Amino acid sequence: MDFGFKLSPSSAINLDKVDLSRFEKLHGIEPDIIKCMACGSCTSSCPANRFSGMSLRKVILDLQRGREKEALGMLRNCMLCGKCTMVCPRGINTRHLILSICRIYGEDGK
Amino acid sequence: MIYQGKQKIWADYQKEIPDNHWFYVRSCIRQNFFPGSEKMFLEICRNVLKKDFFETEYHTTCGGIAYHCDTIPQETVMTIVARQFALMTEAGYENYVASCITSFGNYAEIIETWREFPEVETRIRELLWKACRREFKIPKNLAHASDLIYKYRNEIAARAKYRLVNRYTGEPLKVVEHIGCHYAKMFPSKGVGGAEYPYVLCGMIESWGGNVIDYPERRHCCGYGFRQYHVKANRGYSLSNTYKKFESMEPYHPDFILTNCPGCPYFMDRWQYVIAETEGKTYGGNGYGIPVLTYEELASLVLGYDPWDIGMQLHQVAVEPLLDKIGIAYDPKEKYKGLNEKDLMRPELPGVLRCC
Repeated sequence: MDFGFKLSPSSAINLDKVDLSRFEKLHGIEPDIIKCMACGSCTSSCPANRFSGMSLRKVILDLQRGREKEALGMLRNCMLCGKCTMVCPRGINTRHLILSICRIYGEDGK
Repeated sequence: MIYQGKQKIWADYQKEIPDNHWFYVRSCIRQNFFPGSEKMFLEICRNVLKKDFFETEYHTTCGGIAYHCDTIPQETVMTIVARQFALMTEAGYENYVASCITSFGNYAEIIETWREFPEVETRIRELLWKACRREFKIPKNLAHASDLIYKYRNEIAARAKYRLVNRYTGEPLKVVEHIGCHYAKMFPSKGVGGAEYPYVLCGMIESWGGNVIDYPERRHCCGYGFRQYHVKANRGYSLSNTYKKFESMEPYHPDFILTNCPGCPYFMDRWQYVIAETEGKTYGGNGYGIPVLTYEELASLVLGYDPWDIGMQLHQVAVEPLLDKIGIAYDPKEKYKGLNEKDLMRPELPGVLRCC
């Protein structure tokens, strides 16, 4: 029966079934990643955000939730300009963090 | 956490509820959804427990739906509410009890606003005087109707004809309690047990013999949310919220759901039909749904009222399996007969969700 509306796809993530080994490895060399409070300053200052949707805030959240494909797809739009590092209120070296993410998550050639 | 510390935190969320003399205001929508509920609340309080409850036909909506849909400003809602308080003052009452959760949240929000910004209260008093020449006192005590049934739960248990026990197994019934979002999520100190551990419905269930189920999405919204449901394009979101709750509670096999909000029982009841039609899934046993009751309906059932006299036939999900489990006597032939013996006619049966 068509009611004119239907169920939205679930966005639930079962963290028990997510492999976070690479995130733990990343956390080992970039301990600051857990200092992120998702304020979005990096995203609002990102020059690539407006035309590509690049958002470091979302990248970090996606990695914490095991959604690596989405995170790496978004990171391809980063120009490494470093503006996010200048505005981060928690003092995270985001440019270095992005390079570390590429190094660790790119190990299997993805 | 050490026990004494827990007791101290818990003490912050205990609410003083006077025993008697209340000014009662109804909900806009409950009388259409589950018309027996408010009638039975007054019946139980006045005639069974012999308490003083006053209601007047001059009270109006609290304006909550329009306020939460952003169609009227807060000053308008405040003036409407001030008029309700004026009616209470004129009737000589100081305790104000609302049937609706959103009204209750609205009143709590407005009283808190006036406490924080006295100049706003002064302005509203002026507006009310200009509009209808009335004056008001702020209620000394504000309660939701479920607070009152919670307070009287042991008196009701003492008079109960039935207990929430499965008569086939002798086990307590497994009950999901669902508290309306506007009860304590906005002002935790105004609700019994606060926002994290609201005890208002648990207290009733435990006093009347049932077991409360704790499940992952227990505090999740039912999905109504005025701005979600009232815009048809957003209804899928509303439905998805309810679906999420049912998927979460399904493994615990609840016997029924108890609610204290106007919207929650309606949507958790009706959406089971929509989920059954669109997804082909039902959550009760043998193709039935999980019955959803209001606290007044449950109190009436344990006190031994006839299920058809309290409007149980207006539920989408059939309540007969639950009545059978508790052992409540009912006559299936009387289901669709009104109080005046007039035939109410039978609804069309759904294709997937099994109904009696």
